[in-house]
Amino acid sequence: MRPTTRKRLFRGVLYAIFIVAVVVVVVLADWEAIRTNFFNLDVAAEAFPTIVTEAAKNTVIYTVIAFIGGMIGGLILALMKLSPVGPYRWVATAYIELFRGLPALLVIFGFAFAVPIAFSWRPPGGSTGAGLIALIVVSSAYIAETIRAGIEAVPKGQVEAARSLGMRPSWTLVSVVLPQAFRIITPPLTNELVILIKDTSLLFIAGMALGDRELTTFARDTVSSQANSTPLVLAALLYLVITLPLTQLVAKLERHNKRGR
Amino acid sequence: MTERIRTDVPAIEVRQLHKSFGDNEVLKGIDFHVDQGEVVCVIGPSGSGKSTLLRCVNRLEEPTSGTIMVEGMDITDEDTDLDKVRTRIGMVFQQFNLFPHLNVLRNLTLAQIRAKKRGRAEAEEIARRNLAKVGLAEKADAFPSQLSGGQQQRVAIARALSMDPDMMLFDEPTSALDPELVGDVLDVMKQLARDGMTMMVVTHEMGFAREVGDRVVFMDGGVVVEQGKPEDVLGNPQHERTQGFLSKVL
Repeated sequence: MRPTTRKRLFRGVLYAIFIVAVVVVVVLADWEAIRTNFFNLDVAAEAFPTIVTEAAKNTVIYTVIAFIGGMIGGLILALMKLSPVGPYRWVATAYIELFRGLPALLVIFGFAFAVPIAFSWRPPGGSTGAGLIALIVVSSAYIAETIRAGIEAVPKGQVEAARSLGMRPSWTLVSVVLPQAFRIITPPLTNELVILIKDTSLLFIAGMALGDRELTTFARDTVSSQANSTPLVLAALLYLVITLPLTQLVAKLERHNKRGR
Repeated sequence: MTERIRTDVPAIEVRQLHKSFGDNEVLKGIDFHVDQGEVVCVIGPSGSGKSTLLRCVNRLEEPTSGTIMVEGMDITDEDTDLDKVRTRIGMVFQQFNLFPHLNVLRNLTLAQIRAKKRGRAEAEEIARRNLAKVGLAEKADAFPSQLSGGQQQRVAIARALSMDPDMMLFDEPTSALDPELVGDVLDVMKQLARDGMTMMVVTHEMGFAREVGDRVVFMDGGVVVEQGKPEDVLGNPQHERTQGFLSKVL
């Protein structure tokens, strides 16, 4: 058999397997059960508009708060880790290793229940606020490592050029090193952001007041009260509505930034 | 600390300079000076310590021992405001080191604004004047990545000039360039020399050293082996090591 013939035959077999698989799924699936349980229009109508105006909105707000907090905390930790002062480095290293090694769920639980009970602490924003603080604490650790890697990836000659022009270390950091570092880490930072969007679903463990519920908590509650899984599908679609444009936006940003590399 | 610049002392005066990287002694007691308005070219094989010497002059490298005087001021003294001294010493790197995230104009204004505390309008005016001087006035809005190596190096020279330095250090400024781009950069440097700029140039361009240099210093193995007028050092070297080096590069 000639190589091209063999290749064509192999391709044909792959298509055949695919078509058979699709046919089997279509024939065997219980379409009625799928429709009534996952795509029930009456239940969907019931969830609207609260699932958007409240749940999705809260997811976005929580993500933004946690990301901004995580960036600030991460930047401070990254600079500590690069500090010439030993104790700063040790503290930053210990923090980063600790919170990257723990499940976020455990940290949220700790901040929402264990810490308030132990110290009679009333977290701002109730248990949701405590959960958000926990998310910031955890994301700071991840973002710190990303920022540190970005700073170290800026060529040494950049610092030398700025310093040889008489710029102080602080201005060199702000005007020369950090802008380039953030360009370098735009892709991994987006990853952190997308992970954070999904991690806001862990806040359910904190036990949220009605108006505080984000997508996953809202969907879970509605699934229970309606005895129908359609809200889960809606929540899934809304997560994608949030995350997909974001990854597209970043791809665009990256292309734009290439000019300044 | 007086800010007055003295004109009766050498621009750069290095005494008994030692520099070690770990166990490796790169500079073994260098005595060296550059007079005001003088163009000194430092030549020598790679690893001879010539770049390290140049980088010690604005303390990008920390000397192990010895003194370095810039316009009569001891810059190895802990009380010296190093950032202020550096604004008076322009430096040009082999790898250009332009800021890639800023356009050409912002490359030239950044340190003027941050270190010299000039206003934006004044800084831009000075920047444009220096861009014109290196023949790149029309590139103010370009980003470094859009320029050729030769253009980038000329921008780097304009950036250093925008600080109004009293002297310029060049660390192998043409070594990273394609051969056909070297000429433009050397032309700019020649013009600078004609304008009376004090220059210390670490270079492999023997033609430039011969034509523009007031003095040529040959270094090898961390010491100054021989120095003098270009025609003497390059044309009639006295020392065996100088003869050996020149026979390889000329």
